[in-house]
Amino acid sequence: MKLELKGITKRFPGVVANDHVDLEIETGEILCLLGENGAGKSTLMNILYGLYSADEGEILIDGEVQHFAGPGDAIAAGIGMVHQHFMLVPVFTVAENVVLGVEPTTTGGVLDINEAREDVRQISNQYNLAVDPDAVIEDLPVGIQQRVEIIKVLFRDAEILVFDEPTAVLTPQEVDEFFKIIDKLKDDGKGIIFITHKLKEVLEVADRIAVLRRGAVVGSADPATATESGLAEMMVGRPVDLKVDKSEADPKDVVLSVKNLTVTNLFGGTAVDDVSFEVRRNEIVGIAGVQGNGQTELVEALTGLREIAAGTVIIKGEDHTNSTPRQIHDSGVAHVPEDRQRSGLVLGFSLTENFVLDSYYQKPFSDGIKMDWKRSRSEAERLIEEFDVRTPSSEIPASNLSGGNQQKVIVAREFGRQVDLVIASQPTRGIDVGSIEFIHERIIEERDAGAAVLIVSTELDEVMALSDRILVMFDGKVVAETKPSETTNTELGLYMAGAS
Amino acid sequence: MTDQLTPSEVEPEPPEGSFFGDLTGSGRIDWRSNVLIPALAILSALIVGALIIALGDLDTLRLWRSSPGDALGVTVETVADAYGALFKGALGSVNAISETLTRAAPLILAGLAVAVGFQAGLFNIGANGQMLIGGMFALVIGFQFDLPIILHLPIAIIAAFIGGALWGAIPGYLRAKTGAHEVITTIMLNFVALRLVDYWLTIPFFQLEGRTDPVSKSVLESARYPELIAFINPRYRVHLGIVIAVLVAVGVWWLLFRSTIGFEFRAVGANPDGAKYAGMNVVLLYVAVMATAGGLAGLAGGDQVLGTLGRGTPGFVGVIGFDAIALALLGRSHPYGVVAAGLLFGGLSAGGQAMQATTDVGIDIVQVIQALIIVFIAAPALIKAIYRVRAEAESTQVSQGWAT
Ligand SMILES: Nc1ncnc2c1ncn2[C@@H]1O[C@H](COP(=O)(O)OP(=O)(O)OP(=O)(O)O)[C@@H](O)[C@H]1O
Ligand SMILES: [Mg+2]
Repeated sequence: MKLELKGITKRFPGVVANDHVDLEIETGEILCLLGENGAGKSTLMNILYGLYSADEGEILIDGEVQHFAGPGDAIAAGIGMVHQHFMLVPVFTVAENVVLGVEPTTTGGVLDINEAREDVRQISNQYNLAVDPDAVIEDLPVGIQQRVEIIKVLFRDAEILVFDEPTAVLTPQEVDEFFKIIDKLKDDGKGIIFITHKLKEVLEVADRIAVLRRGAVVGSADPATATESGLAEMMVGRPVDLKVDKSEADPKDVVLSVKNLTVTNLFGGTAVDDVSFEVRRNEIVGIAGVQGNGQTELVEALTGLREIAAGTVIIKGEDHTNSTPRQIHDSGVAHVPEDRQRSGLVLGFSLTENFVLDSYYQKPFSDGIKMDWKRSRSEAERLIEEFDVRTPSSEIPASNLSGGNQQKVIVAREFGRQVDLVIASQPTRGIDVGSIEFIHERIIEERDAGAAVLIVSTELDEVMALSDRILVMFDGKVVAETKPSETTNTELGLYMAGAS
Repeated sequence: MTDQLTPSEVEPEPPEGSFFGDLTGSGRIDWRSNVLIPALAILSALIVGALIIALGDLDTLRLWRSSPGDALGVTVETVADAYGALFKGALGSVNAISETLTRAAPLILAGLAVAVGFQAGLFNIGANGQMLIGGMFALVIGFQFDLPIILHLPIAIIAAFIGGALWGAIPGYLRAKTGAHEVITTIMLNFVALRLVDYWLTIPFFQLEGRTDPVSKSVLESARYPELIAFINPRYRVHLGIVIAVLVAVGVWWLLFRSTIGFEFRAVGANPDGAKYAGMNVVLLYVAVMATAGGLAGLAGGDQVLGTLGRGTPGFVGVIGFDAIALALLGRSHPYGVVAAGLLFGGLSAGGQAMQATTDVGIDIVQVIQALIIVFIAAPALIKAIYRVRAEAESTQVSQGWAT
């Protein structure tokens, strides 16, 4: 099967998201789609999947023009899409989710769950997608949920599979697994369109690379000859410094002091187990670890979002154990949360409203009673400019921004004011290389300006590049402390897997 | 080009602070979804209403078989008569306008009570109960104290607000502390309020002396809403209530879109996790929202007691608190939308009565039209399909998550 996009153009108010895009893909190959935040990748894929209709241009399959009125038509034509935030019913089993909407039935119209189970088993054997058909979705880790999404797509006989930033939330191990899966899919004659911001991944799996910039295809590259810096330059339109330049740290007085911190998770288990550490002024401490080893709960406890069961949190000499988020914010702490759409943004609010989301009650944004929208707006415009948020205006809802630009809004808000302590979870998740460079520079500037910085990231490269000191978390405990100059990715990987 | 927009590409922004010009995204009136769609919904409801009127006339239906030409003529005439009477009863005379405004006032206030809840993500079905309690508070001040009007009326109005606010705060507190869903608790509190008022009206403190039926003492003149144009003709009932309702709507608009509290209300409504992250006290906010909503409904009850009725009778608020839900939906939970919808429903109510009196078409058809409006509003896809309004689906987010 051969899929062609010809002259696809899509306009949103104030934005040309896709500008006469031509793209081709055949079954049996992996096409990587690269591009800056807001370049139009997701929009293009949503058009291909029938979620949006193009203003101009056409989609052809084996030379025949297609008309997709909705995803149903795209699926029928053999196109499948694995969404980043999975569209699964959390309380249903794997098998139930897979067959949802196209359920096999016995005579009489009763759901034939055995048949469904068998179908799931058969697909998972064929493509090495190990998953238990009877497991309930909400009990499964993200990587496995993604497999269920893949099975779901395969069950609907997709020939071309679209993955929009599938690796953004996966652990390094899960990423390796994922690559094995898509290689196998390719060998079995499926076509893959893979969107990512991680250039290493691109060079690892791509057969072909296409680069979008400002809605238009600006080039293609051959993974055999391409380099990371070459790709970065093609995406951003200027050379990008992929290395982080920073001077030696000169840690001063302690800003954050955590002693014997213990935090329970939602089910009453111990998520953070007797953790102690300090972060000083002019120092960046990175917490590395596989997702789900207590980092989320640790950050929530430090920022007042989760109750602390035992131990103390001292910020600038004051006890902030179980303080409210507001008290912690007021003591000069910036917090970039892990899940931008769940808590970092109010998607229906305008960018201006999102920029003042956690400082709205203070001057200059209000006098405590009356909002000063004029000031808020000029501040929003300043941050949009400074952090290069790609948007037609400060007054459109955050939901209209591309994923990476949403993340930039949060980073801009949190870094845009004077603080003594920065706590950032996955600060560059979903962000393009050019902006990562900028955000990393900003983090280092914060440090050099005298802030204490705590970075939590599952990206080893990021932790290694930014940190002055690295703590590794495993199973709720800090199992190792080291420095980037004294360790390697491999060694850190071992700590993260529980070796000590 | 996905960025670096030239000014001409950007949609013109309305001037700040003007009637339609909220600075913020959420306060801005997007005219397609907030004006065009409701207008089309009303039009559709009127058309379906016309069909129902036509079908309800059996003689004419028979006539269709023998002479369709005549039947068409008669049908058009029936519908035109009915709608003509409806229109005249709503706007056709000073008295009609006076009636429309009188009926619109409590509808607007109760509609605001529901709209504030919606803005904060809470479904306030309890406007009726809040109106009753607010009304009773106003009643007590109204007949129990003898003060100069300059004090008496404002105190009575404030009492109405407080009564409703207390009644509204209960489900807010239950929601925040125990997670009890406000839909259930507000519905139940409606019943409690209704029976409580029945009971109160039979005890001597409230009951009009010499009466055995549940009728309250009358509100003293000094606590009554002054009638606005009764000097022209005492039949014209319209009183200060409509002015207060509109002023309150402006106040609610300010609260929601200009104040820090309103920012918190809307944030907690749009994303409670985000509000918590932003340091807002979600528990307190739920109580504050419901108290505010209840207070607004209380004002609607006060409007009945201090204005239109002048006393309390069993269930003196009728179903205004339920119409208010429809009204808030039609007004898209925007205070000015609620005012517009309240005027419309007030007009339908006044006009419906006139229509019933002068034609064969009963006032029930008004209820049908109101219900149809809501059906069409609740199913915007239907309206868009019928009238080919450009699909808006694309402004809502389709693919969620990191990759958008
Ligand atoms: N529903 C929408 N309404 C208005 N504008 C939109 C909408 N969706 C996307 N856009 C705009 O279209 C452009 C392209 O967005 P898109 O999501 O396709 O970018 P992307 O390449 O996927 O970026 P990222 O890498 O950040 O995910 C952006 O400028 C974005 O603001
Ligand atoms: Mg995207």
